[in-house]
Amino acid sequence: MSNKFYENPVIKWIEYRLPIFSFIDESVGSGYPTPKNLNYWWNFGSLAGIVLTVMIGTGIMLAMNYTPHVDYAFESVERIMRDVNYGWLMRYLHMNGGSMFFLIVYIHMFRGLYYGSYKNPRELLWIIGVFIFLAMMATAFMGYVLPWGQQSFWAATVITNLFSAIPLVGDSIVTWLWGGFSVDNPTLNRFYAFHYLLPFVLFGLVFVHLWALHVHKSNNPLGIDIQGPQDTIPFHPYYTMKDLYGLGVFVLFFMFFVFFAPNFFSEPDNYIKANPLVTPTHIVPEWYFLPAYAVLRAVPDIWFISAKLGGVIAMFAFTLVLLLLPWLDRSPVRSASFRPIYRQFFWIFVVDCIILGWVGANTPDAMFHGVPFLWIGRIATIYYFAHILILIPLISVLEKPKPMPESIAAAVAADGKAGAGENK
Amino acid sequence: MKKINLTPALTALTIALTVALSPAIASEGAKPEARDWSWNGMFGTFERAALHRGYQVYNEVCASCHSLGLLSYRNLAAIGFSEDQVKKIAAEFEVTDGPNDEGEMFQRPARPSDSFVPPFPNGNAARASNNGALPPDLSLITKARKGGANYIHGLLTGYLEEPPAGVTLPEGMSYNLYFPGNQIAMGPPLDDDAVEYADGTKATKDQLAADVTTFLAWAAEPELEERKRMGIKVMLFLLVLTGMLYALKRAIWKDQH
Repeated sequence: MSNKFYENPVIKWIEYRLPIFSFIDESVGSGYPTPKNLNYWWNFGSLAGIVLTVMIGTGIMLAMNYTPHVDYAFESVERIMRDVNYGWLMRYLHMNGGSMFFLIVYIHMFRGLYYGSYKNPRELLWIIGVFIFLAMMATAFMGYVLPWGQQSFWAATVITNLFSAIPLVGDSIVTWLWGGFSVDNPTLNRFYAFHYLLPFVLFGLVFVHLWALHVHKSNNPLGIDIQGPQDTIPFHPYYTMKDLYGLGVFVLFFMFFVFFAPNFFSEPDNYIKANPLVTPTHIVPEWYFLPAYAVLRAVPDIWFISAKLGGVIAMFAFTLVLLLLPWLDRSPVRSASFRPIYRQFFWIFVVDCIILGWVGANTPDAMFHGVPFLWIGRIATIYYFAHILILIPLISVLEKPKPMPESIAAAVAADGKAGAGENK
Repeated sequence: MKKINLTPALTALTIALTVALSPAIASEGAKPEARDWSWNGMFGTFERAALHRGYQVYNEVCASCHSLGLLSYRNLAAIGFSEDQVKKIAAEFEVTDGPNDEGEMFQRPARPSDSFVPPFPNGNAARASNNGALPPDLSLITKARKGGANYIHGLLTGYLEEPPAGVTLPEGMSYNLYFPGNQIAMGPPLDDDAVEYADGTKATKDQLAADVTTFLAWAAEPELEERKRMGIKVMLFLLVLTGMLYALKRAIWKDQH
């Protein structure tokens, strides 16, 4: 920031007592050096933060008109849709915002996997990210219950029942979670309380995530460290501008769904009020939980572990195993650009995750060209864990990385000569 | 107390059965024909005349069994009924109000602010009059069924007079091509000239079904026209803004290339 700005007497007075302007400048301004070669995959972190803010904003508006009671919840949501001024807009923004949030965060996570953003010295940054993802999943699940439609109710019933798989104390835990003997008013009330609380926990986690990020700065597509000022450009105006442009493209995509296909991501069943006596023919979670749902259903009875308990363990391991990644991958090279073998397996892994999602959307004994989805799910689940626990460590030791450029600056300069004008 | 203690076991059993059996019992109905509804697409709107005819079909046919509880009579103003017409429509129904100064509940004609009066006082009464089946509320029906408006139209016109060979229907059930499982408790609701349209439109079965589907689609998404209109403006604004942001980004990054 220019010195002229700091010469303003009011700014000067405040800055002397609370250095907030230099803090902002060093966080997201001209005082924050950023690798000069970040590509558009690096937009998704800031997008996730913006969507979180949108979710909190629209969520508070909805909370002002929502009634967390089993007799009124469904009707109060419809009241928002029909009678509250622009209530439909707030609700559709919030509803589709959830899907957008997960889409962005999934891309953000795969970006980290491809470019090795989880490696030394960013292990904690990655781990905090996994916790953000866990908090997001809990928030989204409880939010999905609030409209009290058929899918809301039965999703709550199925997911809370998973805890009954815990040996000895399982049933007591489920009763404790429900606040009664079935999913009922106390359950809805506490889910509402947590759904309001967790986004602020999420906000706190994001703050810590950014704190850790700012210590060693962003990773970059080359995966090599910043060696000096020649490798960086100030965050503002370069990346503020690039993020703004990316935001424009994203909001176009987001608004298309809000205004023209608002129920694209949701199940028609959730427009039927919850009825504990009628089970929907298919209980399907939202699309972003489908891979985890496939893993849950893939596990058979193994020795003394029931399929249910095994499935629950596998489903939690599905996310938690990501915490080990910084230590499973022993390759000192971060970016997959210089890891020819890992790069190929990365894309197979992406496809595997998509297959898991596709399996999650189908019933286990439905067939795909004569192959039951159950078995596709099992193979995809085994591959998922094999990729992380076996392939990543093996590849990281056996693979011979390609030669690396000397520095970010050198690579950018060479790139500028080779392919003139291309955006990096 | 015994009953309460059984609940978790029953719930667990229901879930186990659901997970285990759901594919077996979920025989889907036929895929309904995709129709070119006037409200499809980015510029879609409801045709006012069809909405009025559809309301007439709902009122004269469907409303004898199906409620429309999320709508109020005042909402009809949004599809072109005048204030007086809405008052007149509402006044044809009786609602219970009170207590009055003497502490008594009393009957009065419905006002525009009242929600649509249901045909039955409660679900049990509805079942008792309908062979044990509960006619669902129609307020959200096009949103609450897979296939949406196409499905509703298909269902209303997809009855077979005789079930296919080899299928025997239980007493009081009908065979419908599009209903999941094909056995439906609702008898064929529409027939040619089931209502007499004021605007002279020929009331074929297909026309009746299309009109009432239009009305129900509006009832489920009364915000649809406003939403799409606003959406066009928002998208145009964002296109221009994003274009400008891109130009600005190019300009700012110029010295980096």
